[in-house]
Amino acid sequence: MSGFIYEKDADGIVTITMDMEGSVNAMTEEYRGTMEDTVTRLEAEESMTGVVFASAKDVFFAGGNLNELVEAQPGDEEDYMEGLEAVKGHFRRLEKLPVPVVAAINGAALGGGFELCLGCNYRIAWNNRSVKLGLPEVNLGLLPGAGGIVRTVNMLGLQNALPYIMEGKQITPDKALEAGLINELVDTKEELVSRAKAWILENKDNEEAKSQPWDRKGHKIPGGDTNNPQVAQLLVMSPAMLLQKTKGLMPAPETILDCAAEAARLSFDGALKVESRGLTKLVMTPVAKNMITTFFFQMNQVNGGASRPKGIEKTDVKKVGVLGAGVMGQGIALVSAMAGIEVVLKDLTVESAEKGKAYSDKTLSKRVARGRMTEEKKAGILSLIKPTANNEDLQGCDLIIEAVFEDINLKKKIVQETEPFLAENGTYGSNTSSLPIGRLAEASLNPENFIGIHFFSPVDKMPLVEIICGDKTSQETLAKAFDYSQKIKKTPIVVNDSFGFFTSRTFGSYLDEGVQLLKEGFHPVALDNLANSIGMPLGPLAIYDEVSLSTSLKASASAEELGLLDVHGDSTITRGVMSTMVEEHGRGGRHQGGGFYQYGEDGSKEIWPGLYDLYYNKDLEIPSEDVKDRLLFRQVIEALKGLQEGVVHSVADANIGTIMGIGAPAWTGGLIQFVNTYGTQKFVDRATELAEKYGDRFAPPAIAVEKAEKGELFV
Amino acid sequence: MPHPVYIYDAVRTPRSKGKKDGSLYTVKPIDLGASVLKAMQSRLDLDTSYVDDAVFGCVTPIGEQGGDVTKMIVANAGWDQSVAGVQLDRFCASGLEAVNIAAQKIASGWEDLVVAGGVESMSRVPLGSSGGAMGADPEFVFKNGFIPQGVAADLLGTLDGHTREEVDAFAVESQRRAAHARDNGYFDKSVVAVKDNNGVTVLDKDDFIKPETTMEGLAKLKPAFEMPGQFGFNDVAISKYPQVSKVNHIHTPGNSSGIVDGSSAVLVGSEKAGKDLGLTPRARIVATAVLAVEPVLMLAGPAPAARKALKKAGLQASDIDLWEINEAFSSVALRYMSELEISHDVTNVNGGAIAMGHPLGATGGMLVGTMVDELERRNLKRGMISLCVGGGMGISTIVELV
Repeated sequence: MSGFIYEKDADGIVTITMDMEGSVNAMTEEYRGTMEDTVTRLEAEESMTGVVFASAKDVFFAGGNLNELVEAQPGDEEDYMEGLEAVKGHFRRLEKLPVPVVAAINGAALGGGFELCLGCNYRIAWNNRSVKLGLPEVNLGLLPGAGGIVRTVNMLGLQNALPYIMEGKQITPDKALEAGLINELVDTKEELVSRAKAWILENKDNEEAKSQPWDRKGHKIPGGDTNNPQVAQLLVMSPAMLLQKTKGLMPAPETILDCAAEAARLSFDGALKVESRGLTKLVMTPVAKNMITTFFFQMNQVNGGASRPKGIEKTDVKKVGVLGAGVMGQGIALVSAMAGIEVVLKDLTVESAEKGKAYSDKTLSKRVARGRMTEEKKAGILSLIKPTANNEDLQGCDLIIEAVFEDINLKKKIVQETEPFLAENGTYGSNTSSLPIGRLAEASLNPENFIGIHFFSPVDKMPLVEIICGDKTSQETLAKAFDYSQKIKKTPIVVNDSFGFFTSRTFGSYLDEGVQLLKEGFHPVALDNLANSIGMPLGPLAIYDEVSLSTSLKASASAEELGLLDVHGDSTITRGVMSTMVEEHGRGGRHQGGGFYQYGEDGSKEIWPGLYDLYYNKDLEIPSEDVKDRLLFRQVIEALKGLQEGVVHSVADANIGTIMGIGAPAWTGGLIQFVNTYGTQKFVDRATELAEKYGDRFAPPAIAVEKAEKGELFV
Repeated sequence: MPHPVYIYDAVRTPRSKGKKDGSLYTVKPIDLGASVLKAMQSRLDLDTSYVDDAVFGCVTPIGEQGGDVTKMIVANAGWDQSVAGVQLDRFCASGLEAVNIAAQKIASGWEDLVVAGGVESMSRVPLGSSGGAMGADPEFVFKNGFIPQGVAADLLGTLDGHTREEVDAFAVESQRRAAHARDNGYFDKSVVAVKDNNGVTVLDKDDFIKPETTMEGLAKLKPAFEMPGQFGFNDVAISKYPQVSKVNHIHTPGNSSGIVDGSSAVLVGSEKAGKDLGLTPRARIVATAVLAVEPVLMLAGPAPAARKALKKAGLQASDIDLWEINEAFSSVALRYMSELEISHDVTNVNGGAIAMGHPLGATGGMLVGTMVDELERRNLKRGMISLCVGGGMGISTIVELV
């Protein structure tokens, strides 16, 4: 029984201490044999009074083997199902032992780890925030297939179980106790096993302690089974509520809802079987492969610093200067202060700077009001932010980030004015979504210390930072920007200094395709709705209204000045539409009194009727599938070009960047990963077909053609 | 003149114990039903947009089987959106009634292609859970009289003077014939595997049959309907049939039909449908009949229904080569054979519901397939299918190969 320490004490209690090879206990190959041997031994154990499951690691038990899940392919269903039935069979045998089985939970128990806990008769957890409990499988396109759905439904009832299984809600032990998912808390880790043993002894005459509720006669699911009118009503409403969020693009929550309904309808063992089939089905889906690949493996790669230069010592920014207290600047100030960094927030006037700081006050006060932060903590964070109008206050900053208006001349001027106050060998960062870093760096005396740090709005909510290296930017500077991003709890991707960098350029292609469809005469309402139906959070027209059509027009003018107009493709159509909308019809965008949409006082919006007269052609026939693919393929092709041109350094950075930065649909696993499961050859064929029908912008990039020819994936 | 009605195909699921430990318990009724429709579509390469309607029997149409389950099955099978669906309930005759109604739709000339059959997941939607006035409305019961079917089967056996040994012997033979037929592939033409949503086979052959059944084994089983009889139903029976001194409780789970899950589908159409779709008819529906007899005895309708069908068809019993009588209870089959003066040698030649189970709404459609398969296998011409039905009804259908 390698990995499990099996000890029986004088009271007849067997303690299984899980101490597997590697840093955590997990459902590896080793686990399966070990668990099988352990359960078999427990079943044969004589004069046993109870069993305690404990862990010798910091994590109690860490779920399934994701490598195995990614490798399973259609055709493997029967084998996969068999393996799964064995794993869940162990838990079933455990809970049917004639003695109480107790989980002594000393650390995180997520996914399969928590399912092990649910398969015990009693659960005691260390009351500490590090002990995260839950069933997050849905976030990787999977479902809790080792009894997680069936046990939570039988334990909590269908409605109460759904947040944990269908939304993957994770909770701390105190909340889990409240929810009824665990039974008892202890204050220190050291008490866990002794308390578990004491509970077994206290309950030696209690028959109920030895069985699960669902194995007792007369068991009723809390809230009722599917014959209960309220449960039946819930089942009528739930699919629609789910589709509202997922647009039918996410097989996992749909399958979970169905398995949960079956759990509320069938016998316990029947429902376990249905749950196994559900997971088997999900494991084979491209969506699960995409989500596991990107959200787990590539996320670990990115956060693990794969794009950070090697061999440079970790840096630690202590004082940051933020120039411009507008929307971006105030957000950067907030996230920096929250990371314990001293912030100098500078604007033209102290009033403006104070206003920028007020944003932090307002945001943190909300947290305090919700009980998520103490007044002291808030005061501490606010005290780190110094609003000012004086450049001299920037003295000693080891990082300055300018976040002023996107005007290259203004930015250059600011750089020249403020760089002298930077600490020796300090880093100068520019927050820009598209201006060339190399040109901005011309204003700097130390261009090797100059770097682009592209934040996304709203800064305190968006998890991504795009770091842009100019041609002179040093590896040390990159490392520093990378470390700073991580310190403020952002995920950094690293890109090169090409116009629009990686994210803006890719996103721009999506917006451009939307406007092209509009110009061709496609129905504007259907356009944004079809964009939603592929999983884009907002349609192209809605986005244009938010960023404003006027701004977009100005950006084109600025690109033209820089000699960078249309470097990534002809944008004549989009520019024409923008100019018609803004200059002829005064439709500048949402905050300019309306753009593609018109806005009601009550916050409602509808397509501006003028659009129909300007562009709509009711005789135009474009299949919906083509519209959806055009909106998606344009972005994918642009992302591939970014990868091909070396703008983005790695597939992982590209995937994470598109997901976190520009709202690429989660089901794709990022715009590059999409190609892998769509099929590289199929992608090339479809892109070629679209190119023939709609124009050369859909021609498959060489990098995709090459992968298809070699039969390789983007990794 | 009615238009000729052809049977173009017939498929059915295997049958399995209709309880929580049965093989088909984890299969939803809409999936069970869809599995036969999918199989039929695929083996005929059927253009389902040609199908006018789907008529499925289901005797417990509540919960998962409620709300016109047939339309949901049609949709779940991925058949064309234009195909309608209706669920009907004529108790145990529902499946055959579905075939007969489909036949009448075609005969009228008003429709050209109809899929008929039935579905019943007795493990998931238990027998009797849909209620009904027949046994549970006191006013109705006082006026019309009612005894449970099992007691009625015992009454029928008592009236006919059958002994426990006779009904057990019939059951042993049913098991032997069913096992022989299954193991020699006689059912393979029609039985299609039920698969889960991963395409993994859940069940591909009947697994309810108990070939090891012996007289000795059956003799050990306790009468199943003695207790309800003693509660008062025996007295109700005797008040209706005063010549009976004592109801002889001869039926047990071993010589009654089994509670199972299953689904069936029969493709019924006009000559034109066959031509348009390039389908070859396998059989013709010659006549259908339904009637009712005395409702307390309840189970004596099949033979009268068979005679009614023969009369409609202008045939004699001697014109029928093979007979199928649903083995709801042994006494029902024995009564049917004696009343029609036919031999067990030509009746239920591949066993019946005692061995394979009786998935209420699906059974009639299954019997049509079984009959057509066997007529083809034996190179015979004509077959009669009959079932006893709650409320004293009986139903019959005559098919002949073309």
